[in-house]
Amino acid sequence: MIKRKIEEIVFKILMYSAFITVLISFFIILFTILIKGIPSLNLKMITQTPKGGYYLGKEGGILNAITGSLILACSSTFLSMMISFPIAVFLNVYNKKKSRYVQVIRFSFDVLTGVPSIVYGALGLIVMYFFNLRASLLGGTIAVTLLILPLMCRGIDEVLQMTPKSLLESSYALGSTSLETSFKILLRQCYPGIITTILISFGRGIGDAASVLFTAGFSDNMPGNFLRPAATLPLAIFFQLTSPIKEVQSRAYAAAIILTMIILFISIMSRVISLRFEKYKIK
Amino acid sequence: MEQKSHIEAKKLNVYYGNNHVLKNINLQIPDKKITAIIGPSGCGKTTLLKSFNRMIDIFDEVKVTGEVLFDNENIYKKNIELTHVRKKMGLLLQRPFPLPMSIFDNVAYGPKIHGLKSKKKIRELVEFYLKETSLWNEVKDKLQAPATSLSIGQQQRLCLARGLAVEPEVILGDEPTSALDPIATRKIEEKFHQLKKDYTIVIVTHILRQAKRLADYVIFMYLGELIEAGPADKIFNEPEKELTKEYIKGLIS
Repeated sequence: MIKRKIEEIVFKILMYSAFITVLISFFIILFTILIKGIPSLNLKMITQTPKGGYYLGKEGGILNAITGSLILACSSTFLSMMISFPIAVFLNVYNKKKSRYVQVIRFSFDVLTGVPSIVYGALGLIVMYFFNLRASLLGGTIAVTLLILPLMCRGIDEVLQMTPKSLLESSYALGSTSLETSFKILLRQCYPGIITTILISFGRGIGDAASVLFTAGFSDNMPGNFLRPAATLPLAIFFQLTSPIKEVQSRAYAAAIILTMIILFISIMSRVISLRFEKYKIK
Repeated sequence: MEQKSHIEAKKLNVYYGNNHVLKNINLQIPDKKITAIIGPSGCGKTTLLKSFNRMIDIFDEVKVTGEVLFDNENIYKKNIELTHVRKKMGLLLQRPFPLPMSIFDNVAYGPKIHGLKSKKKIRELVEFYLKETSLWNEVKDKLQAPATSLSIGQQQRLCLARGLAVEPEVILGDEPTSALDPIATRKIEEKFHQLKKDYTIVIVTHILRQAKRLADYVIFMYLGELIEAGPADKIFNEPEKELTKEYIKGLIS
């Protein structure tokens, strides 16, 4: 009896410490960027583009990088959503669970999820060369889409796999086609989970520096054309952080605060939206 | 069998992988009657039921040989329009699974996918079938509430209403009351008694007393084989086969 009690206690302690480790790391990161960034945070940052010599500590802001990152992340999240939802539906509705084919595809996506983002950057570069594109917003979008595609596919796939089989049965029994079952039943049932997946992918996409390093280029102007280079927040942080000037380094942390705020805002928004649909979900 | 029959199985065999689940089934389901499929767990009752509307298709590694005739058409032949076959048979599952939408939309879903557009007609249909399943008075003030807010017995009746709304000819029930309490069970059973005027009803049950209460015709299955089929009186009172006798007495289960 005592042995079982001790087991229980030991595992409880392990769980609490794991939880606290994660929580503390999160707050350390948050406090670091807040303490180092707040002195440099001002309205000019989000309302102005860099004036000449901004990266040497002169006047201006990073509106171009904020806009660039938002456009890039939104368009690649949208693109990969358009590709990954059909894939996930194909795996779950149009194929049987134990099919060898499905298992191979799942395994490949798992491998692709682990590929470092710089490799996707390089891959994006090859694609761009093939189409004769220069470093541009479009190139960056392609690279980031490639980066988050496996993540999103597997995420949505996992969510769809959790649907009770009997729900599909009920839908088929009414004479629905597979397509109607996918879009009218499965999509509604899995809406909250899919939103979460999209969100995680968006966060990964907007925060990744390596994949856009070669592909999106950098520019001091506002992004206006998909075929021109565009600035992104991760690279803006990277360039400023590597500067020898203290003041510029501090601006990097301020930019990091903005990036974090964007992700936080979008998380909360999608939570609110998905909660509205949660009530219809069949448990 | 003197009556004409909607559903007929001829030399039906079903395999799950290497598992031979249904062995050479030949039977006819009488029209506008309640047929109960009885037998111990794992004897293939549910598989037999779900082979009638090809619901077994969605399971892994299923192989079917033989024929199931529905209105004299083999539903396992190639190029059959599956949605039509399934539309003609309402299905009730062990546990009710309402669709992830409001009560109203649950009933309206079927007619909508089969092409009904008029909002007025849809509203009439929803009301009609909710009344048909005695649910209307309980839900008329909260038609837009999620279906999951209903009790499990109400959900099962909602599933029945949803199934009836596509105007099937047959109702299939896979132990439709096994998750319900006695009162909800009685309501469903009463519905079946009313509905058999217009529909052919086939239910799977492992509760003998329920089969006795409901069935006009009984099919007894054992280990994937059809042992005996016939009118309920005969099966319950003077079964021909030894196995059936033992099962009715409760010796095997």
